[in-house]
Amino acid sequence: MRMIKRERISKKDAFRIRSTAIIGSLILSGLFIFFLGHNPLDVYLSMAKGAFGSIYRIKDTINIIIPLIMTSLGIMIAFKMKFWNIGGEGQILMGALFASYFALNFSTLPKPILLFVMFIAGFIGGGFWAFIPAFLKVKFQTNETITTLMMNYIALNLITYLQYGPWRDPQSLGFPKIANFADSATLPRLFGIHIGWIITIIAVVVITIFLNKSKFGYEIKVVGESQDTANYSGIRVNRVIIRGLIISGGICGIVGMMEVSGVNGTLTNHVSAGYGYTAIITTWLSGLKPAFIIPVSTLFAGLIKGGGFIQTAYQIPQSAADIIQSMILFFVIGSEFFIQYKIVPDRRNAKGGEVNVS
Amino acid sequence: MLVNILKASLVAGTPLLLATLGELITEKAGNLNLGVEGMMLVGAISGFALGFYFQNPYMALIGASLSGSFAALIYGFLTITLRSNQVVSGLSLTIFGTGLSSFLGTNFVGKKMPVEVINFFKPIEIPLISKIPIIGEVLFNQDIYVYFSYILAVFLGIYLFKTRKGLNLTAIGENPSAADAAGIKIDLYKYIHILIGGALCGLGGAYLSVVQVPTWQENITAGRGWIAIALVIFSKWNPFKSIYGAYLFGGLSIIGFRIQYLNISQNLLNMLPYIVTIVVLVFSSLNKSKEGSPPKSLSLPYFREER
Amino acid sequence: MDQNIYVKMESISKNFGTVKANDNINLTVKKGEIHALLGENGAGKSTLMNMLSGFYKPDSGSIYIHGEPVKFDSPKDSIKKGIGMIHQHYKLVEAMTAVQNITLGQKGSFFLSEKKSKNKIKKVAESYGLKINYDKKVYEMSIGEKQATEIIKVLYQGADILIMDEPTAVLTPQETKKLFEILKNMAREGCSIIIITHKLHEVMEISHKVTVLRKGQTIKTLETEKTNSKELTDLMVGRAVDLSIDRPEVEIGEEILKIENLTAEDVDKVEVLKNVSFNLRKGEILGVAGVAGSGQKELCEAIAGLYKIKKGKILYENEDIVGLSPRDIIHKGISMSFIPEDRLGMGLVASMDMVDNYLLKEQHKQKGIFIKRKPVKEKCNNMISKLEIQTPGTSHPVKQLSGGNIQKVLIGREIDTNPHVLITAYAVRGLDIASSHTIYDLLNEQKKKDVGILFIGEDLDVLLKLCDRIMVLSSGRVTGIVSAKETTKEKIGLLMSDEINTEVLAV
Repeated sequence: MRMIKRERISKKDAFRIRSTAIIGSLILSGLFIFFLGHNPLDVYLSMAKGAFGSIYRIKDTINIIIPLIMTSLGIMIAFKMKFWNIGGEGQILMGALFASYFALNFSTLPKPILLFVMFIAGFIGGGFWAFIPAFLKVKFQTNETITTLMMNYIALNLITYLQYGPWRDPQSLGFPKIANFADSATLPRLFGIHIGWIITIIAVVVITIFLNKSKFGYEIKVVGESQDTANYSGIRVNRVIIRGLIISGGICGIVGMMEVSGVNGTLTNHVSAGYGYTAIITTWLSGLKPAFIIPVSTLFAGLIKGGGFIQTAYQIPQSAADIIQSMILFFVIGSEFFIQYKIVPDRRNAKGGEVNVS
Repeated sequence: MLVNILKASLVAGTPLLLATLGELITEKAGNLNLGVEGMMLVGAISGFALGFYFQNPYMALIGASLSGSFAALIYGFLTITLRSNQVVSGLSLTIFGTGLSSFLGTNFVGKKMPVEVINFFKPIEIPLISKIPIIGEVLFNQDIYVYFSYILAVFLGIYLFKTRKGLNLTAIGENPSAADAAGIKIDLYKYIHILIGGALCGLGGAYLSVVQVPTWQENITAGRGWIAIALVIFSKWNPFKSIYGAYLFGGLSIIGFRIQYLNISQNLLNMLPYIVTIVVLVFSSLNKSKEGSPPKSLSLPYFREER
Repeated sequence: MDQNIYVKMESISKNFGTVKANDNINLTVKKGEIHALLGENGAGKSTLMNMLSGFYKPDSGSIYIHGEPVKFDSPKDSIKKGIGMIHQHYKLVEAMTAVQNITLGQKGSFFLSEKKSKNKIKKVAESYGLKINYDKKVYEMSIGEKQATEIIKVLYQGADILIMDEPTAVLTPQETKKLFEILKNMAREGCSIIIITHKLHEVMEISHKVTVLRKGQTIKTLETEKTNSKELTDLMVGRAVDLSIDRPEVEIGEEILKIENLTAEDVDKVEVLKNVSFNLRKGEILGVAGVAGSGQKELCEAIAGLYKIKKGKILYENEDIVGLSPRDIIHKGISMSFIPEDRLGMGLVASMDMVDNYLLKEQHKQKGIFIKRKPVKEKCNNMISKLEIQTPGTSHPVKQLSGGNIQKVLIGREIDTNPHVLITAYAVRGLDIASSHTIYDLLNEQKKKDVGILFIGEDLDVLLKLCDRIMVLSSGRVTGIVSAKETTKEKIGLLMSDEINTEVLAV
């Protein structure tokens, strides 16, 4: 057997290969569940029920979908430039931190103004946290995977420090907690879900247009494909990377703002909830296309929510959902090979008796 | 005081050193594996679980290295055989390893290593040389894990720079096409070194859960896998240099406990290794000369019949 | 079977996707024979030899080495059978020394012993009259040294069948002569040598036999003594062709570009351009000759604003543009076009379509934050019909086009900017004869429009026929600027190997 590169592949075939991969990963995860002593079908069904089984659960799941979509959008912009921003966690945390500063200290401002300020602060917080690795990358070619990740830990420790120290709520009776936000700092709800969902829908549309139609979107694309070409054609690569990363981190920062203001009602060091990492998977699986981020994020939010549900129903730890997620990712990454290459039988003939020298 | 700090730095640096060596030989084969954190976690939980069940240090070591290799095998299969993007495959491995270790560790949280295992990894004084002032106490009054790790670093250095296999490996990382033309079996070399790399990362993780802490806690590595990747760059792909890199960072991670009297918040001090990692990386990336630069084909897939 | 038949390839076929790279090819090479494989770019010569060296696997067909049927799965299998190939792009590890490269992949003791290996290598090398510095790292070597290292490596591996892919492309005429001496020597010792080339005079000079390939098929195998250049060309191209290149007489205008004492360093602080001075006038083609890596790339990039300059001046219509970024240069309205050697790495984005590639230069002219693709699409369609570009459409990724068409897209885009200065690096690399001539015609057309053209070339014959003047670079220095009509290949060859000739500098 040997493999040859495909000239082109029809959309149908590519879709078939990718779906086979996802089904394969579910089967393998099913085996895994089976060996834990459960019926995989039952488990999958109750995961689905746990995620989408009632209006209440659907709302909960949407509360996960919102930050996943937004974070994926942010990370996607960086990934398009082949800048491996795995600092979504830290950028969410810093967005949350900046927004919380205003929520805690300016709660007397009128609600719309305070929320707007928090929104901007969230963007700046996340953007600033992404700016640092971006600056180091363009200035010193410092490996961004490591720096963005280190920034996650720094942000985490910073918020933990504030939570346990200067920002600790004196009224919490010794419990290390930051005070709850006033109503003026809480995102209003529409149809029972905080209005972050409207912001998310707007963001998907705006970013799609931005990437496809704007000059800056075009420049991002060129930089991602080839920095040499970008330079050659007069694109200011460094500036594009830095601006792109500020937008990338800024969007993640908005997630932080929406979570503290719309979901948690306060700042904690858990506010990022692993979205920054999960979004790496969803971004990659969506093929860096905003439109695909929505279904993929929905699937993964379902996995997270459903994973929480089976923990109570079957005593399967929540982290089982993480394993299923990474299985899907492994299978889909691996399936790209079959989209690019074709396996064909080896038809060489060495006449006069086969002599294999290997 | 100084001796104690140095001695503790070696202990704290050992998981880093093992993981750094693991990543180093992986990168020498031209593969950037960002799954170090995941492999360390998988090794940590496997080592802990087996050590715990069997109350046997050898089982812990075998478990840690085999599970690390197993995790590396997933990465190897994806990147070598299926030619997947190395960055993404490594990241997935970290996500997978984090989930798996947390999953397997659910019932172990807060459990302590059995005494049999703990005793096995007590420091062993080496006769005579441990009496050398300062150096003796720091280098030769440690547990066997520490001895193993720095001796291994020396052996790997000799292997890479003085042997035929090491030369072939370097050629693969630099220019796989040239290595291929010279008749070197690239995939085989890559698999072997990636698997060994995984085993070393697994052992590094297990040092935390089995010897250093030695209690199970979730996410026990706390980013050490990433620091190890940075240390590979810092050590310029040289196992000898990785020894002091790892111990330097080991020292940084314990400095907080040593200067508690300064009344600086522990949470702020916890940031230190991460900040220093960034600083060190910046300085390492200032080096632009041909010597001490990364393997040329690092993170690029190789496929003979590409067209 | 005849033991003297070292290589026999029978009905070899190989497809890449839908492209038939090799279609039923036959080749026989005897002991002590120098066999030339002649064909245009894309005729399938390298593909065929890559199958003999174990790099590619044929789709069908049989290979016999020393009379024995073989089936190679890797280069290792091929090396074992005594085959050594020297690829066009040398397969050497830059960061290693010559000895390390030569001993790479060899069996032997676990630990390395450089001394022992060195002695062994020396013995082999000197028996063929080859000499190099064994402790030099490859990145410090000249092209000639690299080639010698490759040859020694292959001999050290015990090869008696030597394949050389376009070995003279990067050599000066003098170096070529030396190489040919060595090859003849080796053939006398009993080696079989297959030499891939598209240069006729080399075939005539060195080979005993020649096999002509065209579009993946064997056209004919002939005895070199019984044929001539004319016949070979016709066989190679498939019709009677006129190989002459036009050099239209244009009245040379005023100076448009003047380079003064240009000096530049690479990342290792090594000077890659040393005090380079020359001028370019309207309506002339100034050729640049030199062995690969003599500073051609850096010179082009420096002028285009892509390479950092240490000192010196670049005067465009008497304005110094040193320090300006490519964007500034475009924005200042300086109409200068640079067609880089690396088409899909620098000039174009492989995965994007024609419209988006055209936009690379066009987007700066558009106003507002949005990009307008419609007018560009029209321009692309005009370009397709004007330059006869073969493509399914403007929204097709450019990487799927053939080399000639990709080059047309690139040149077409640059010409559309109505430049006053046009810089092209290796404009015809990898193209067949017909495509190359289209490109020459396009350049001549620009010349007639009074454009000053800097033409970086590798084929001296082409430079001599196409250019008005030729500047020779050697290790980053200008070693001479000569009138193309009055000079000879040998003279340029001497300049290429670093012999400064103050006399000709005055031209």
